[in-house]
Amino acid sequence: MADASLTALYQDIILDHYRRPRNKGTLEHATISVPMRNPFCGDEITLELEMNGDQISDVRFTGRGCSISQASTSMMTEMVKGKHVSEIGHIGERFRAMIMGDADAATDDALGKARALAGVARFPARVKCALLAWNALERGLAQSAEQNTAETRDTET
Amino acid sequence: MPYRSDFPLLVANPALHYLDSAASAQKPKVVLDAIRDFYETSYANPHRGAYSLSSLATARYHSARQRIAEFLGAVDFEALIFTRGTTEALNLLATALSVSNIRSGDEIVVTALEHHSNFVTWQQAALATGARFRICEMTSDGRVDMDVLEGMLNTRTRVVAFGHVSNALGTVNPVSEIVRLVRERSDATIICDGAQGAPHIRVDFDKLGVDAYAFSGHKMGGPMGLGGLVARRKLLERIPPYQFGGDMIEFVEDQSSTWAPLPHKFEAGTPNAAGAVGLAAAVDYLDGIGMERVQAHEKALVALAQSRLEALDGVTTYGPPAAERSGVLSFNVDDVHAHDLATILDSTGVCIRSGHHCAQPLMRRLGVPATARASFYIYNDESDVDALVAGVKQASTLFAGTIAGN
Repeated sequence: MADASLTALYQDIILDHYRRPRNKGTLEHATISVPMRNPFCGDEITLELEMNGDQISDVRFTGRGCSISQASTSMMTEMVKGKHVSEIGHIGERFRAMIMGDADAATDDALGKARALAGVARFPARVKCALLAWNALERGLAQSAEQNTAETRDTET
Repeated sequence: MPYRSDFPLLVANPALHYLDSAASAQKPKVVLDAIRDFYETSYANPHRGAYSLSSLATARYHSARQRIAEFLGAVDFEALIFTRGTTEALNLLATALSVSNIRSGDEIVVTALEHHSNFVTWQQAALATGARFRICEMTSDGRVDMDVLEGMLNTRTRVVAFGHVSNALGTVNPVSEIVRLVRERSDATIICDGAQGAPHIRVDFDKLGVDAYAFSGHKMGGPMGLGGLVARRKLLERIPPYQFGGDMIEFVEDQSSTWAPLPHKFEAGTPNAAGAVGLAAAVDYLDGIGMERVQAHEKALVALAQSRLEALDGVTTYGPPAAERSGVLSFNVDDVHAHDLATILDSTGVCIRSGHHCAQPLMRRLGVPATARASFYIYNDESDVDALVAGVKQASTLFAGTIAGN
């Protein structure tokens, strides 16, 4: 492809995650399930989390959409599996910064393979695709925190 | 390229292939000039001042209304109401009819082909009034299923609302036939969403038989923010105003008010006179070419695009045969999500729309989350089709072997 920004957008690793999404499917013991839609293009995913306290012990997703939304979701699940909520907050923040064009974030080791999505910053119409999974994760973790609070309250009373 | 040179944006961007006119059309220079001239020579608030400049602005606004009504085949130009566009026109009708006509137990019929603005409006009117919201299904090739429609109509049918042309598939609906069916079986008010009709097909409102026809100026070369509806006078006199304010009243008592005559009853507030002047120039431009020629030009291009895309491996097109469609072509490419396709085409200067086209009920019935849509207008030519086909090939190669939507 002649267009450099297009080559940067559709890197092999992104197409690979689109072809062979990691952690695709459903969880037997999901504690959280978050459906998330991109109303702009109709893409949708459902993110399932199995939480162990404030740790994501397992994560899977179903859904369909464009290469960017699917690859971003696949990469996100790889990054957050086994991590604690406190670590994920930072990664999510850096990822958002990178997608919005922050050059420092685009070289942040904390983002690992997901740095391949830095090219999205050049395509404003695709930002929502890249963030779909992270928005779902944020909502899921908020729900998990509410559950934990409710459980603590129930135990106390 | 006989017409492209009339459009300054396209002249300034010779490598641009604009194939998204169903979303909004580019503007011919005569429209931009007319708007500028209005502001430079005739600008004041219409209907307000006792001074001659205001009278001049009023006169230009008035003659723009007459000209646009004439273009749409409506002799009664006072029954042309300006709104921000089709969406507001349909909201006006749905809201006013909900107040005055639609009762619990009534039925509202729309089709599965509708744009959200002609679907959600009636869905919500039904919820607000207790009426039954009925959706006429489509045939597998994206046309209104006339047998299903016939079976849905009865004496409880209060409103039938349908698009002249589907924005997502380009299907041209048989308006006269639909009107005949409705009139035979009910006293329903018939509303036609002409957003994709008026820019492309000669509309003869007085012969069409519908009670109201909504349109958007920006899709026919006019400026953004100005569209409207033409309607039968009886309907507009029967329903209440949609918005209240200046310009639309006759007398305001402490506890009650009476309304100005048509069209002012439905045009509260300072009007978009410059927009109307611009749209009048746009319809002059279209009439200068001739709507028959506009339509023939688009049909030829869409047929060419369809046959060349269908000749490629892995391309699926949606909707009826070329003879029954307007200048819109919806399609998908195996392994390439429409959104990715739009990004790749954009890198080659080709502007298409991707997504659900504000027609999610239709997309559900097609069984796809999104389609790519190329739409043609008078300024397009074969080079735009060439660029579209080349971009689709490029995307297909890049994504070969991936499984879209897996």
